Amino acid sequence: MDMFFDIIIAGFLVIGGIFGIVGSFGLLKLNDRMSRLHAPTKATTLGVGGVLLASMTHAAVYEHHLSVHELMITLFLFLTAPITANFIAKVHIHRHDTPESLPDAGQDKVWATHKKPENEVIGPEV
Amino acid sequence: MIETAAIFAFLCFALSLVMNLWKVVAADDVADRILALDTMFINAIALMVLYGLALGTEIFFEAAMIIAMLGFVSTVAYARFILRGNIIE
Repeated sequence: MDMFFDIIIAGFLVIGGIFGIVGSFGLLKLNDRMSRLHAPTKATTLGVGGVLLASMTHAAVYEHHLSVHELMITLFLFLTAPITANFIAKVHIHRHDTPESLPDAGQDKVWATHKKPENEVIGPEV
Repeated sequence: MIETAAIFAFLCFALSLVMNLWKVVAADDVADRILALDTMFINAIALMVLYGLALGTEIFFEAAMIIAMLGFVSTVAYARFILRGNIIE
């Protein structure tokens, strides 16, 4: 039975390591700015998830207690990874795209990152 | 078997950190630099959890949690500073 859990923990560790290295290699290798955003935010988060699963199984099998610290880290990481990705994508759009070069925003007139507040005075008009 | 897998994972994440550091130095745009820094935070969390697994202690989970929170807050602060020019309006 120990052999079975050994294989599971080692599998989680190897999968996590491979996902982590794929994410960082994608950050180096991909050419386009926006596609470069995908590799670290998805693959590396999955790699950390694999390591956390391995740590949880290890605590349950070899140290004979349920460890829920990992669940907190997992929850926090999987909640915040999309938010950071969204912020960095907004930085890309804001710095490199004009409102004309972006696709149609549909019902809204412009994309949110180009939208100026209506009552704000822009420039030295005071 | 677990030892071998843990050493493999250590090597993977260490190599990832080196690649991220290279990207931080060689980035052609400030948003790329923020992205590489954020990835470095996530890889540091993975290394911390691996170290706790290798030693069999639970002290490192708090450290990993703090790194996760600081990483999120600092990434959002950098991005907001570039987007809006200040952090708290």
